[in-house]
Amino acid sequence: MSKHFEAEPENRNSQNENSKSDTHGSEFRDSKLESPASPVHPITGPPDHPIITGRWKSYELLLLARLKEMYREPEVIFWVFIFPILLALGLGIAFRNKPADVCRVALVAGPEAAQAMELLRAASAAGSVHAEVLPAAEAFNQFRLGKYDLVVTPRGAGFEYLYDPARPESVLARSVTDDALQLAAGRKDSLPSSARVSSEPGARYIDFLIPGLLGMNLMNSGMWGIGFALVDLRQRKLLKRFVASPMRRSDFLLALASSRLVLMLIELVLLLGFGVLVFHMRVAGSWVSILIISAAGALCFGGVGLLTASRAQKIETVSGLINLVMMPMWILSGVFFSYQRFPAFLHPLIKALPLTALNDALRAAILEGAPLSHQPARLLVLGLWGVLSYLLALRWFRWT
Amino acid sequence: MMRTMDVAVRCRGLRKTYKGAVEAVRGLDLEIHAGECFGLLGPNGAGKTTTIEILEGLLEPTSGEIEILGNNWRTHNRQLRELLGISLQETRLAEKLTVRETLELFASFYRRPRDIGEVMEEMALTEKSGAWVGKLSGGQKQRLAAATALVANPRILFLDEPTTGLDPQSRRQLWEVIRQFQQRGGTVLLTTHYMDEAERLCDRIAIIDHGLTIASGTPSELIEQLGGHHMVEFDASGNVPGELEAWRSLPGVEAVHEEDGRVVLSVREPHETIPALLAAIQNRQKHLLHLTTRHASLEDVFVHLTGRHLREE
Repeated sequence: MSKHFEAEPENRNSQNENSKSDTHGSEFRDSKLESPASPVHPITGPPDHPIITGRWKSYELLLLARLKEMYREPEVIFWVFIFPILLALGLGIAFRNKPADVCRVALVAGPEAAQAMELLRAASAAGSVHAEVLPAAEAFNQFRLGKYDLVVTPRGAGFEYLYDPARPESVLARSVTDDALQLAAGRKDSLPSSARVSSEPGARYIDFLIPGLLGMNLMNSGMWGIGFALVDLRQRKLLKRFVASPMRRSDFLLALASSRLVLMLIELVLLLGFGVLVFHMRVAGSWVSILIISAAGALCFGGVGLLTASRAQKIETVSGLINLVMMPMWILSGVFFSYQRFPAFLHPLIKALPLTALNDALRAAILEGAPLSHQPARLLVLGLWGVLSYLLALRWFRWT
Repeated sequence: MMRTMDVAVRCRGLRKTYKGAVEAVRGLDLEIHAGECFGLLGPNGAGKTTTIEILEGLLEPTSGEIEILGNNWRTHNRQLRELLGISLQETRLAEKLTVRETLELFASFYRRPRDIGEVMEEMALTEKSGAWVGKLSGGQKQRLAAATALVANPRILFLDEPTTGLDPQSRRQLWEVIRQFQQRGGTVLLTTHYMDEAERLCDRIAIIDHGLTIASGTPSELIEQLGGHHMVEFDASGNVPGELEAWRSLPGVEAVHEEDGRVVLSVREPHETIPALLAAIQNRQKHLLHLTTRHASLEDVFVHLTGRHLREE
């Protein structure tokens, strides 16, 4: 025993040397461990067995593994690629711009009903009002259920309108129907006015929707693709197994981020391509700026996903967290409808959310052709969210 | 006397306290020599996994010194990782990757990995090289986990319960691989709660209980501690329960107990006891239905030291 304690200081020295050379960044060689004086263990290969693994080999294989695991999982393909397109298709059809909405009007049956019908038919705006005669009780009931936008009850020489001020189509029906009836009855407008029609691509709901869906999709797949995948790896103890090997953690994180960028590219081409081919969307901005914004979004949400996953040990926990983070943004960030509908004092808060910044930037680039230099604030918001979550994640991240 | 560099793994005064309350490891000393197969044997919850994960540099000890191949984790993390092959307890490898893809991935983490085809051959996984990990049997998955450690071309192999849940054939296959690795000069540290595994595979053993080494040495040394015991088991026609004490008076018998209807004698010298036993059976006009003798096992050592069995449910 005494012998090997004597040998200790010598051993310490060689360690110091090693650590010194490490700080200078020199590559470590086995020969350092086997200082010439010490008996070399008969190891499994010759000591000068050449280094056969290239610097980027493990990054490449980690990235490939991520992508393979993804495309071998049919559900992932569905949720990441097919679902957003189905959503766009469904919403695009449901909210397609019909040539001026037809107002659905219930006319309460009575002696004057026939005369009112007559007036409506004669009106110039006849095509935009569709009226049906119904018994009073049924008319009110169907209005309550939303089948009609307006109930018209003849009252003496005139009419009484029942409408719902909280329903835009009801408000519209009241004004259109009233105009039609008044004009048909002989009202003369005191100001001459004329109108021109414009329904160019760019202002339709689908044009608003597709960039929003793209933003939402980048958020969903970033959060699930990074956050969920990491916790799954942690729960399987695969993360621990990886860090038990000499794998560079930076390679691992880089491969994760790269896999997001690859998927981002596919998501972008699929969704925008779908909009262009099926709904004849017009992409006003340059593809380069759209690509850069999408990449910023994908990386930003990758960072947020990393943060969400930094400590969770179970996939149930992280699923809850991910939904908690995403839910407010689905509603607030203008995916399906403009956030202008929320009270103005909330707007600064909403604009500080990463998905709002991403959606706004995508819409500006795709619909208005805004160059990147015109939206530094939005890119800054994305960058800040991404960098801050990434830094916090690195602080808190648990590999084991 | 061992020279310093012949010590592959050494730890002194190893302690691990979780959240200031649970003491998983309470001052452990180990010295594992290069080229030997060392076993940490102990019941579940004894602190084996905590110990091996500290030695693997995956857990920070609360206190204590660790040296792996003359270096420590703080200064030589990555260099040491190149030299170790590690198989954790219950790692679930990616299900949608094939066996080959999994091994290629792990090989890519090392500067000087072994040939994948060779490792698959050794672990009898060649036929499964194109199969998804999710489709493998439990035994094949465990062999793959060991293969991810071997592909590192390591100098020390750390295996945490490598054969738990394996069928006998797979266990034997894995033992063979471990022996081959050792023959090529590798050092092995494994944990197990199978005493037969420890006895057959390990050159030296530390028996761990409640975070402390309660005994260590070669399997035969440990059994020697019992006083060189042999066990004589027999079954004679018409065993009567109350009769047990009668066998105790035979020469060389130290203790008697009954197991599954057989009488088990703890014996110092079987060659003295057995003739006397046969004569006694004949005297009482009984038939001997069964007689075996065996060495006392590590299980007997554990029972002797703790009063418990290794795998008490």
